Amino acid sequence: MSTAEKFLQMGLAILLFVAVVAVVLLVAGRFKGRNGDRAVALAFLLPTALALGVGLVYPALRTIYFSFFDAQGQSFAGFDNYQQIFTDSDQLTVLRNTVLWVVITPFLATGIGLLYAILVDRAKFEKAAKALIFLPMAISFVGASIIWKFVYEYRPDQGSIKQIGLLNQLWTMVGGTPQQWLLNEPWNNLFLIIVMIWIQAGFAMTILSAAIKAIPDDITEAARLDGVGPIGMFRYITVPSIRPALVVVLTTIGIATLKVFDIVRTMTGGQFNTSVVANEFYSQTFSADNQGLGAALAVLLFVLVLPIVFYNIRQLRASEGR
Amino acid sequence: MALRRTKPLPAVALAGALGLTLSLAACGGGESGNEPTAGGGASASAGGGDDKCAAYAKYGDLKGKTVSLFTSIVTPEDKPQIDSYKPFEECTGATIKYEGDKSFETQVLVRARAGNPPDIAIVPQPGLLQQLVSTGKVVEAPADVAANVDKFWGEDWKGYGTVGGTFYAAPLGANFKSLVWYSPSEFEEKGYEIPKTLDELTALSDKIAADGGKKPWCAGIASGEATGWPITDWMEDMMLRLSGPEEYDKWVKHEIPFNSPGPVAALDQVGAILKNDKYVNGGLGPVKSIASTTFQDGGLPILEGTCSLHRQASFYAANWPEGTTVAEDGDVFAFYLPGKDEATKPALGGGEFIAAFNNRPEVVAFQDYLSTDTWANNKAKATPLGGWISANKGLDAANLVSPIDKLAVSILQDPQAVFRFDGSDQMPAAVGSNSFWKQATAWITGQDTKTSLDKIEASWPK
Repeated sequence: MSTAEKFLQMGLAILLFVAVVAVVLLVAGRFKGRNGDRAVALAFLLPTALALGVGLVYPALRTIYFSFFDAQGQSFAGFDNYQQIFTDSDQLTVLRNTVLWVVITPFLATGIGLLYAILVDRAKFEKAAKALIFLPMAISFVGASIIWKFVYEYRPDQGSIKQIGLLNQLWTMVGGTPQQWLLNEPWNNLFLIIVMIWIQAGFAMTILSAAIKAIPDDITEAARLDGVGPIGMFRYITVPSIRPALVVVLTTIGIATLKVFDIVRTMTGGQFNTSVVANEFYSQTFSADNQGLGAALAVLLFVLVLPIVFYNIRQLRASEGR
Repeated sequence: MALRRTKPLPAVALAGALGLTLSLAACGGGESGNEPTAGGGASASAGGGDDKCAAYAKYGDLKGKTVSLFTSIVTPEDKPQIDSYKPFEECTGATIKYEGDKSFETQVLVRARAGNPPDIAIVPQPGLLQQLVSTGKVVEAPADVAANVDKFWGEDWKGYGTVGGTFYAAPLGANFKSLVWYSPSEFEEKGYEIPKTLDELTALSDKIAADGGKKPWCAGIASGEATGWPITDWMEDMMLRLSGPEEYDKWVKHEIPFNSPGPVAALDQVGAILKNDKYVNGGLGPVKSIASTTFQDGGLPILEGTCSLHRQASFYAANWPEGTTVAEDGDVFAFYLPGKDEATKPALGGGEFIAAFNNRPEVVAFQDYLSTDTWANNKAKATPLGGWISANKGLDAANLVSPIDKLAVSILQDPQAVFRFDGSDQMPAAVGSNSFWKQATAWITGQDTKTSLDKIEASWPK
């Protein structure tokens, strides 16, 4: 397809979109009166529901369906794929790694972001300091992975060969022998997790900093008059006041971590026992040609994300109800 | 799984008399320098007046037609490929849309399943071809192409392009894998002899290790998603040497378990070199550094003198930095990875195949062109630096110039040589492009031979 054809197609798509919206508005505008409100709501919701059905519900159901079939999607396999995930030693390593990621990343990233937000709050150089930690957010996961791959780069301790990786250079300067950081288990998982924390801490910091600034001055002033120290201030004033923001940040990072794929794929390709569910789902489906197991892993990922989403919604309702 | 099982793997026929010919491309510059947009050439060829285009007259006038081609061949190896299509484009007026992608192996399957396949794909593994055929999107090879393959290729090569008794894909290029790269000047200086048996190879390794206090072998297996594949080549080579071609065929077809004594002995033999701290990893670090060194970098320490031996296929010639002379009296060269004794000469190789997803006339014409001797000779002319061979018997051997290609062909044409196609490329994807690679990587970073082979055996589709 030539570039001109692509633009033509894009133009047609936009026209189609405008036409659909116009029809929806036109139809909605024709309803009047008390019962009309319902019809209007229906007219607006129907296209969205239709799009969601085709683009989300149908593929999800189909994936669940396929997870009960064999590698080729030909014959029914019952719970074999799920059984494999929870018994096969390689798959268990994948689960262990995913747990490591989910337990460590959200709390560390949020913790670092919160600490940073409090430390630079109302400081002279606040804006510059915030920009600095927020910058990694602007870098794609793949870009960040390549940057960190260079940081972890290894050169042997032989003859006149020099280290080109930052971490090994620092390590040798304090007297260590060069290490293959991405190879040595189980620490290599932590070196991958650091990349995620590096990216997400900026996000946590931005949201939490805004929440801290929104704490009413009279509360902090009253606490100060009552003689609350810095630690008490943090414990009894700051954290309870920004609790909803904390929950949002923790759960958002938690979901992003469960779905982590790019970092693992770019840095180790899942080798050296560093694979996680999302990465394993990809390699089973596309490299190993095992659609059934791939679908089962995708369903597992979906099931793992669900409780976090529910918790998030409940917290949102609770804070709205207050 | 039922589907997969009923599809027998291509019969690995004996190929002692493989008519492998080669060619070089001294100076194809003049011809390939023509403007590809020579519309006049098309009409001239249609009229049959132009001598240069006489061979293309049968394809008729294809002006304005486009054939899309999808391949794993990317820079810098893509240029000779693209150049070799130019005579066809000039004479027929058709346009070949070339698209190279490093993750071709997964993407081509995704595209075939999604109903968006290219017109033509260059498939480097018979195993992948079987997967593509099972999507139902690959079309059978046209009669003319089958006739060309019967004429120019041996029966074994036709077998690799056949799935379930139907012939789909004509062979394209080939490479030779049983090679050990070394530095000729170092060998001369130190008085090392090129080994003729596996035992002599071990003795040489010991001697180099004792002489300079350096580690004789260097290797690298990192290759993104495909990390681990060089070890599969190592193991196939050792399997051929220790157990012989018949057991090799059984192993590839899974007629013997992956963890039976033959494969175990083969992997242990690889381990005697690659997992030996005294032997590896010259210039690159301890044994584990093999896993993190890219296969492209694996042999480079030979140039720095920190390593002496590197086992890798003929295509590694393209990986040496610009200005490196690849010749018997140059900076680097390769010798044949010896057999168990001087009498046996197993030869491991690989190749690509042309699968078509469409039978429009221009696609059929291009498919036909690629299976002819005309293309093979055009490709040779478009590859001035060498590093390309083909089993096409119509290729003019007299043109041969690149020393490494000459060496590869001379070994393959040796009457003693027994050719076998890369085994992992023929295995089902779950093994050949997943568990074999993963377990080989785990093996090099410390997992023992038995555990590794047990896991591969368990992953074989039932």
